[in-house]
Amino acid sequence: MEMIKADKLIFEYEKRDEEGNVISTSRAVDEVDLDIKPGDFIAILGHNGSGKSTLAKHMNAILVPTDGSMWVDGKDTSREEHIWDIRQSAGMVFQNPDNQIIAAVVEEDVGFGPENLGVPTEEIWERVEESLRSVGMISYRHHSPNKLSGGQKQRVAIAGVLAMRPKCIVLDEPTAMLDPNGRKEVLKSVAELRQKENITVILITHYMEEVVDADHVIVMDHGHIVMQGTPREIFSQVEELKRYRLDVPQVTLLADELRKRGLDVPAGILKKEELVNALCR
Amino acid sequence: MIRDITIGQYYPAASKIHMLDPRVKIICTLLYLISLFTFKNLAGYVFAAVFLAVCVRLAKVPFKYIMRGLKPIIVLLLITVLFNLFLTPGGEILFTFWRFKVTEQGLRTAVYMTIRLIFLITGASLMTLTTTPNALTDGLEKMLNPLNRIKVPVHEISMIMSIALRFIPILLEETDKIMKAQTARGADLESGNIIQKAKAMVPILVPLFVSAFRRANDLAMAMEARCYRGGAGRTKMKPLIYNRRDYIAYAVMAVYMIAAFSAGRYLPFHVWIF
Amino acid sequence: MSIRLEHVGYVYSEGTAYQKQALKDVSLEIPQGQFVGVIGHTGSGKSTLIQHLNGLIKATEGAIYYNDKNIYEKDYPLKELRNQVGLVFQYPEHQLFEADVLTDVCFGPRNQGFSPKECEKRAREALEMVGLKEKYYAQSPFELSGGQKRRAAIAGVLAMHPKVLVLDEPTAGLDPKGRDEILDQIAFLHRESDMTVILVSHSMEDIARYVERIIVMNQGEVLFDDTPKEVFSHYKELESVGLAAPQAVYIMHELKERGLPVFTDATLIEEAAYEIMAALKKEKEE
Repeated sequence: MEMIKADKLIFEYEKRDEEGNVISTSRAVDEVDLDIKPGDFIAILGHNGSGKSTLAKHMNAILVPTDGSMWVDGKDTSREEHIWDIRQSAGMVFQNPDNQIIAAVVEEDVGFGPENLGVPTEEIWERVEESLRSVGMISYRHHSPNKLSGGQKQRVAIAGVLAMRPKCIVLDEPTAMLDPNGRKEVLKSVAELRQKENITVILITHYMEEVVDADHVIVMDHGHIVMQGTPREIFSQVEELKRYRLDVPQVTLLADELRKRGLDVPAGILKKEELVNALCR
Repeated sequence: MIRDITIGQYYPAASKIHMLDPRVKIICTLLYLISLFTFKNLAGYVFAAVFLAVCVRLAKVPFKYIMRGLKPIIVLLLITVLFNLFLTPGGEILFTFWRFKVTEQGLRTAVYMTIRLIFLITGASLMTLTTTPNALTDGLEKMLNPLNRIKVPVHEISMIMSIALRFIPILLEETDKIMKAQTARGADLESGNIIQKAKAMVPILVPLFVSAFRRANDLAMAMEARCYRGGAGRTKMKPLIYNRRDYIAYAVMAVYMIAAFSAGRYLPFHVWIF
Repeated sequence: MSIRLEHVGYVYSEGTAYQKQALKDVSLEIPQGQFVGVIGHTGSGKSTLIQHLNGLIKATEGAIYYNDKNIYEKDYPLKELRNQVGLVFQYPEHQLFEADVLTDVCFGPRNQGFSPKECEKRAREALEMVGLKEKYYAQSPFELSGGQKRRAAIAGVLAMHPKVLVLDEPTAGLDPKGRDEILDQIAFLHRESDMTVILVSHSMEDIARYVERIIVMNQGEVLFDDTPKEVFSHYKELESVGLAAPQAVYIMHELKERGLPVFTDATLIEEAAYEIMAALKKEKEE
């Protein structure tokens, strides 16, 4: 069974006037099909306003499709009775680290999800400890979130989701507001999670360097999926990506530049080592 | 600077006071405040001071930190002192100052009032310094639970309070930032009469409200995403259960109340006019 | 308008538990018209430094001179200074507040005391400079997209006709195209006018591409102050203070280690490509 499946998913935002009449609708997600298998690491790329965040919010039933359907772990998100199961099995981390930490102490925040699920007290403590440990934040358990760096706050947010024991974690531009070091911290935590817990990861971002390890990359533009494939397949199409207001990793750009100058380097180089090896045969 | 305000802040430490049940701290703080108003002589205040000092010591909160909490109320203290000093009639006139007469009663009230206020603020901030805002609201929620029966949404109120407490520092910082940004655009926030000053606040308040709404919206979404659906069916990570130390604390408090009350009223302990 | 900082130091919340030395003995000179990059990890003092430049923060030690006049002298017109030094904060769109874009951009010039007509003229010019189309002028700033809001906010500062433009991470949170567009626009402005531009950024690639001089801040002190090539040749030291060099620098060093005779001073992709081609050609000839 797919972890996440979408079938011709359409979502429209409605703009209303003061009396509540719909004056216009705009389509944020347009006929999107998705098949995400358990344990996959999927990256969704797209410029600001391409519909990628709107799509992400469907995976947690924060939004439900205007038309078409979305299933998370086999459950239809438009069915009211599944909503809490879906939110438990697909956890979500948002962009702004300040606006998703609810409690004034790190460990209490991580416990917030399990509390809502009605987990017995003793087990909450176990889960909190385990989750904080797996993102490397255990030594900050008694700290106030206000005193943490951006990267640390995002790791706390990830721990908060982990404590709900999800099968899948959706990260909606988790690094957009962080500095390079914070970004590294968060990505390291995510990578470790994948190794240890075999959790499905859906990473939404517009930093190209973050997606080179993904199993599958999806590119969105104007609510459509316009490209998909392995990172190598995607990043070998430099010009097309630029058309969608995106970019490629620096190394890929350099390889592309060399190819344009007539050098025989393979397309879709993603890592420094690959390029160096190709050049120093 | 705004960031210097310590009232309502939590000071993390591993102390006996920190470990107490928040209900104990709320009730004992209330009792302590009441005790301050029963004293008729200096002995009571000495007693209360010793008790407070022991509590501060046990709480492992640096003395300097507590003192800083008193800074914002200095003006209030001064006003209280002046009013009481000059405007309380009764007793022997100690000295006259221009048209004001300072009476024995006035001096006494002024001094007592100041001590009371200082103890009151120190006591209350000791409670907030040693109790996380969440624990505090948890305590209140549990204490007010009976009100649920008369349809008071106790859980919701306490959730609102704890979120408000968490976001106060964030919004203060944000205000600071917006003020700086608008100053950089030439906004003049200081000069002018009241109307001009109020007008000058618009470029600060509008962005602040917009940001607060955006944050509220984000937070609501984050809470929903983590399965929050009100108080029903929720368990607690830190349920409030009285421990042995909580009963001990109540016992100590009871002893203090009796001792302070009797000392403050009946112990013949006087220094000069106090 | 030349800027000179002499032994500037700044201590936060002096005398409290939070006391912190945010700047330590910073001495700098920035001549008019330079394009300067400031880098440093979060908490290195770079934000504090730029807030000193228009007098929002007053140094606790040392002095700052604009055109050889000390801005801390008693009758120095600080308000005038703020008109000349435009400061664009991080996420500047968070300070938009008027009902429409044009009026918001007029806020700066209005505070400078210009007539409504002049304000509008300046606002329109500024909006054009940042490349925001006229159809957006009458819209509410809150209805614009992220990139457009950012432009409107930058226009709000440009409309004051600053001689020095300081930008604190102007591209944070934007998509790759949005990042390039904003920076290209700023570079264009710098070329066309004689404006000094001071750019704070976390992206070493952007810094390498646009600026002629880099100031590296670490723990409140200036660690390096030199041309990009010179600064990035110290990539190991940069790493030890939580920074990095552009990717190209690492690739070139690795190639050299593996025996390809490249010069390692390339910081841009185009330069790196050029260097590699040249090295390969040389290798073939030998």
